[in-house]
Parts: sequence; C-alpha cells; structure tokens
Amino acid sequence: MMTPALSIQNVSHDFGAVQALTDVSLTIAPGRFAALLGVNGAGKTTLFSLITRLYDNTSGVIRVAGFDLRRQPAQALARLGVVFQSRALDADLTVAQNLTYHANLHGIGGRTARTRIAEVLEQVGLADRAGERVTALSGGQMRRAEIARALIHRPALLLLDEATVGLDVKSRAEVLALTRDLIADHGVAALWATHIMDEIQPEDDLFILHRGRLLTQGSAGDIAGAQGLTRAFLDLTGVAA
Amino acid sequence: MTPARFPPAMWTTAFAGIARREMLRFVNQRGRFLAALVRPLVWLFIFAAGFRAVLGLSITPPYQTYVLYEVYVTPGLVAMIQLFNGMQSSLSMVYDRETGAMRTLLVSPFPRWFLLGSKLVAGVLVSIVQVYVFLAIAYLWRVEPPLLGYIAVLPALILSGLMLGAMGLFLSSAIRQLENFAGVMNFVIFPMFFASTALYPLWRMRESSTLLHDICAINPFTHAVELIRFALYLQVNWLSLAVVLGCLAVFFGGAVFMYDPAKGLWMRRKGG
Repeated sequence: MMTPALSIQNVSHDFGAVQALTDVSLTIAPGRFAALLGVNGAGKTTLFSLITRLYDNTSGVIRVAGFDLRRQPAQALARLGVVFQSRALDADLTVAQNLTYHANLHGIGGRTARTRIAEVLEQVGLADRAGERVTALSGGQMRRAEIARALIHRPALLLLDEATVGLDVKSRAEVLALTRDLIADHGVAALWATHIMDEIQPEDDLFILHRGRLLTQGSAGDIAGAQGLTRAFLDLTGVAA
Repeated sequence: MTPARFPPAMWTTAFAGIARREMLRFVNQRGRFLAALVRPLVWLFIFAAGFRAVLGLSITPPYQTYVLYEVYVTPGLVAMIQLFNGMQSSLSMVYDRETGAMRTLLVSPFPRWFLLGSKLVAGVLVSIVQVYVFLAIAYLWRVEPPLLGYIAVLPALILSGLMLGAMGLFLSSAIRQLENFAGVMNFVIFPMFFASTALYPLWRMRESSTLLHDICAINPFTHAVELIRFALYLQVNWLSLAVVLGCLAVFFGGAVFMYDPAKGLWMRRKGG
C-alpha cells in the first residue's frame, strides 16, 4: 500500500474559546488532486496553517508523505510545497531572485538551483520573465510564479490556499489548468482549498469543511450526484442559497 | 533526513540565501539607505555642532583628553543606526507575516532558531555597511578615532547589532498588527535612545536625577553604545560586553520561543 501524500487523523484546533477545527480526518493518495471546499471561515486556512506547522494542532496527528509533522517536522516540511492565499514573493526582487531564495530555503543552491528554476519557469510559461521584478507581472503571472516557487524542491504534496482569489475569470481558468497539468507531470498530490464550486471536477477527491468539521468526503462526482455540487453543498451545510 | 543530518553545504546555502535576500532588498531600497544615513548625520552636523558649547564634557573614559562633542556622540549615533535597522527589520517581519512572505520562511525544513538567527545575522550585515559609510563621513567632520579602531569596532558592531536586532525580532513576535507597530516604535526607540549615554555621559545624568541615572545605567542600549565607544578606541568595556551578550541571549531566546508553533503566543489568533 502506497504511503499517503497527506494523512490527517482526528485533528482539532482551537484559538482559546473559539473551536476552529473539530476532529478532522482525511487522506490524500499520491498524485491525486483533492479539493477542500468551504465557505469563508470554514477552517480551510486554519487547516493549512496546521499542515504547514505555522500552528501546532491541539490534538491529532498530521503526516506528510508518511512523516509525522510534530515528531519529524524537517522531513515533512521538505516534502511540502505551499501556495498561500496572499502573495509570498518579494516585490523588491526579480522572479529568478525570488525562486533562488526559496530554493536556498530548502538547501538547494548553485547549478542545481539554476537548473530547477529554469525548468519550472519553462513549465509555468514565465521563462522570458525571469529577470523582471515581481511587480511587473500581472496577477495571473504572479500566481504562476508562486506555483513555480512551490514546486522548486519537488515536493510530494502541494497545498494551494485559494490560489485563484483576486484573479479575473480567464486568469483563474489558466492557473487552475496549469496547476492540474503540473501536478500530473510531476506526480505531485495537491490539496486545493476553494470556495468556488466550478473549480472542482467530478474526478477530484472532495472534502467539504464547514464550521471546522468535515461534513463529507469522497469523489466530487459522487457527492454532487444528480443534483449538482452547489445543491449538494447547500444541503450539507445548511447555508441559505 | 533530520536537520542534524543536513550536510553543512545545505545549512550554508540556506544562510547565504537569507543573507543575499536581505542585501538585495537593501540595495533595491535606496531610500531606506539614505534615510538610515541622513538621520545620524543630522544629529552630527546640526545637533552636535549646536550644542557643542552648551554640553561641555570633562575627560570621560575611554577618551584620554577633552574631546569635541561630535566625537562623543558618534558612537551613540552608530548605535542609533543599528537600533533603527533592528526596528526596520522588525517592521518588515510584521509586514511579511501579514502577507505571506514570513510563512514561506517558516515552512522551510530548517529549524526555526536557524532561520530566525540567519535573518538576524543578515540584518546585522546590512547595518554594518550603513555604519561604515557613516563613520567615513564622520571622519570628514573631524571624528577621527585611531585607524585600528575601525577594525577593532567590528566585533562590537556585530554584537550590538545582534542584540538590537534580536530585540526587534522579539518585538515582531509579540506585535499582532502592523498598525500597532508605530506605537511600539515610539515607546521603544526614543526612550531607549534618550535614556542612554548616546548623547551625554552617565555622570551628567547623576547630577540631574539619580533615578534617570539608574534607568540609563540598566538600559541595554547604553551598553551597546559604550561597547562601540570603547572598541573604537581599542579598549574593551567588560561590563557592557556582558550586558550586551546577556540581552542578546534573552531577546533571541524569547523570539525563538514566541515563534515556536507549539509554544508561541502570536500564533493563537483566529484564522479562516
């Protein structure tokens, strides 16, 4: 049996009196595209903050590619690539300088870093923008650069926290399509957090998070059924249409 | 691979990457460099010149003769550069935390103490460049320590820069929002600077107020100033060295604790 790319077992987390996550359990197999669907405030970003070890969960176990995040954080984080909701690229630096910095943060330098940077920039269609400042890029291009940054160290799992927020319709579709292609090419598993239903395809694994609880999980097509994903989501969460 | 088993080359690469980023940002933000220089130069050219006649100084260690007031305040202005640089780094960390840049640093597989320490050292390297440019300009203004003093002061600059940077790092871990930072700056920078030996010696303050003298004596910034002052004149102020090292350990240890996901306090805020 293959080691899951991500395994979350009975994870709960609170911010004092506020219970942000309650007994969340999910597994993502290697190479799978999984969507984490929930409205704003459902707990998606909190869950991501736990997986990236920005917070330490109050209970439960999180494993990335088989490595316990609490006991083996270095091994777990080395296999994780993250695209945060807000921009993480340095506006004062060029695209190539940003990617070099992030490669260095994973101990990758010299010729290896330069080769990988050239590869990922080619894959995201920014090879000709490597020497430009990040501020010269459009919103969609910045997102592509963020994805390139997250793939530099060849992670086993890619986390994308509302990666298309703030983009126009065309850019959103391009970023999503690019992400799916890259994941297939790299054999990387992905957890895509979103509140936009049409970003989810029937063959995706789907986890629906609401008020810190995982309401259901399975194939998106099965969860949607005949009524469609929007109706299914509204029925499950009790959110008014 | 555990962190203990990362080969030395990987640690060096990570540190070099963090340091290079700080240098690149500094080079690209020319306004910041100029502001860092203009501030102490205004004090040197205008304040010190204007108050030279008012603030007479008797012979004060490490000086062996009467010195111009400009000579006296120069170490304090050097420490001011490092204090502002430390606070600037702290401000950028709060800003980075509110955006996403800090998160990409903290999700690196290297231990958090190493990442924060590397960022601290990188910030100090930037401040040292600023200091030497200032000292070169001050030399033209008749602030002429012994030539060997420019080399001897380097260890003092590193230690004082680390202490002041660590203090900024600790503050950044405790401040939740960028908007609160201005208040912190006002409560930290100006009291630290004025309640120190940057502008006047301790014995002068004792003449005015014993309480003020005591506050200045325990102010870590005073000891950073004295460490630099003595080193410029090829001497070691052992008390100040001990205080600077102790404060560095406390501030850095506090910052590492605050940034620890299991123990830190700044993490526990409502997320989405």
